[in-house]
Amino acid sequence: MQNTKNKTEFNSETLELINGIIRRYPAGRQKSALLPILHIAQAENNGWLSSEVMDYVASLLEIQPIEVYEVATFYSMFNLQPVGNCMIEVCQTGPCWLNGSDELLVHFEKRLGIKPGETTADGRFSLKTVECLAACGNAPVIQVGTEYHENMTREKADQLISKWQNENKCSHSNPYL
Amino acid sequence: MGKQIILHDIEVPGLASFDVYRKLGGYSSVEKTLKNYTPDQVTAEVKNSGLRGRGGAGFPTGMKWSFIDKSTDNPRYFVCNFDESEPGTFKDRHIGQLNPHQLIEGMILGSYALGAKTSYIYIRGELFYVLCIVEKAIQEAYQNGFLGQNILGSGYSLDLYCHPGAGAYICGEETALIESLEGKRGNPRIKPPFPAVVGLYDCPTVVNNVETIAALPWIMNHGAEAYATIGIGNSKGTKLISACGHIKKPGIYEIELGLPVEEFIYSDEYCGGIRNGNKLKAVVAGGSSVPILPADLILKTAKGEPRLMSYESLAEGGFETGTMLGSGGFIVMDETTCIVKNLLTFARFYHHESCGQCSPCREGTGWLEKILHRIEIGQGTIKDIDLLVYISKHIEGNTICPLGEAAAWPVASAVRHFRHEFEEHVKLQRCPL
Repeated sequence: MQNTKNKTEFNSETLELINGIIRRYPAGRQKSALLPILHIAQAENNGWLSSEVMDYVASLLEIQPIEVYEVATFYSMFNLQPVGNCMIEVCQTGPCWLNGSDELLVHFEKRLGIKPGETTADGRFSLKTVECLAACGNAPVIQVGTEYHENMTREKADQLISKWQNENKCSHSNPYL
Repeated sequence: MGKQIILHDIEVPGLASFDVYRKLGGYSSVEKTLKNYTPDQVTAEVKNSGLRGRGGAGFPTGMKWSFIDKSTDNPRYFVCNFDESEPGTFKDRHIGQLNPHQLIEGMILGSYALGAKTSYIYIRGELFYVLCIVEKAIQEAYQNGFLGQNILGSGYSLDLYCHPGAGAYICGEETALIESLEGKRGNPRIKPPFPAVVGLYDCPTVVNNVETIAALPWIMNHGAEAYATIGIGNSKGTKLISACGHIKKPGIYEIELGLPVEEFIYSDEYCGGIRNGNKLKAVVAGGSSVPILPADLILKTAKGEPRLMSYESLAEGGFETGTMLGSGGFIVMDETTCIVKNLLTFARFYHHESCGQCSPCREGTGWLEKILHRIEIGQGTIKDIDLLVYISKHIEGNTICPLGEAAAWPVASAVRHFRHEFEEHVKLQRCPL
């Protein structure tokens, strides 16, 4: 996503991908491509959907901006506020709770010095609680971008945080690529 | 280990690639079916097999297909429900990730039977990496002539695409899934009309679960009769059970329906018993929505008969003393588990996932969460326990879709079987565990 002269737009490579996605649906039903395109737009806009980005997606799909807003506000994967470079999502539903997700979440809170819904002052990490990620056999589970990390322990969390700090991890990348 | 229909090759390295899958006999059902069967004959075969929807409802698949409206020239759609999100359920990811061609093969058979020329696999957005695996497999299927124009010279053409969700359990409800596939909020539709008549883009549509579709190649290869000989009573065939919680061996197991629950929990072939030498306290047998049962009632029915892993046996005793097979999400809890806290996580889940269309569900799920939280932290009253039951009764049956029931049943059953534990929270003014 490029932001030049107050104009938000995808580059030609992304536009090609998006046009391919639109062609998966019948003519006149291009609105069906909204969820996949919002995923791409969010990834290319540092992990969140601004109103400029949503308006741009509306114009691409030839639908009203409100049709994008009402969808973006419905689905939990879309962030409507800026987030950190690396978003850590901790599952907290029953099966993960049975296997220590509460303690795991507290550990992340302590290590990062933030609560769920917050971002570290340096903008590197955000923490979010999520509901069932459908990997309950390997609970507790966290998600970072498109990666699942399963059978989590506090030690594993420490290793991952160090690794992500070292590599300046960004969890927002085009999920199709 | 019983008959393996879905998972028979799951451990073969490289199974997700077309070449490996094909060498193991993959796509032979498509060759056989497009050559020898009319679409209606495929539907009849599936009907006769006794296959039931594996997403949770257990509705007979062939019957669902037979409802599709073929009276108009409108396009018909076949859609795969890969929105797996029911807490405790993690079986479809296993198929999509390790054996995507089995799902694609099933999609071709179902699409052919229904006369669909375009089909979609709706995958929950969190599983984007699985979507990419399935899309790669779809490309291979195109390259090898099993998708696209005039498949194997049969004259039948099919396009197949993946579509990501974006974090909404409710989209596992088929009409919400259709709304979501149309690029809208996942608000369930009022039924009737059913999707078989007015579905995707107002066209006749059938939505089936991943596991249901993955069973189709075996049924077409071996015949309905062979499938129907597996299982017990009206629970034909095999079922994937995703087992988790306090067991020694969490994982995905394919069982022949009719396996005793006791054997499933304690046999080393399956869950391997309760971990850390603890005792079994309770089981949620079919995903978070189904009634929870205490150890004695999950192992034996109220009549004292061994409980079996089947639609009928798990339901034996109704909601007083029974439960449901549901999605096969088998959550096991040992004696260290606080039933109230576990229920609170479920209530929070349903509150979070309610689409907000129907006030009994939108408001009721929030109240359930709030009251359960109050009880768990020791600030509840005895009246609160009855209030939970009262609210759950007023959600049930008063909503457009079954999310209302899904939120209400776990609450009602937990209070029914573990009321003493709620009362102890109130008396001690804290969690006793």
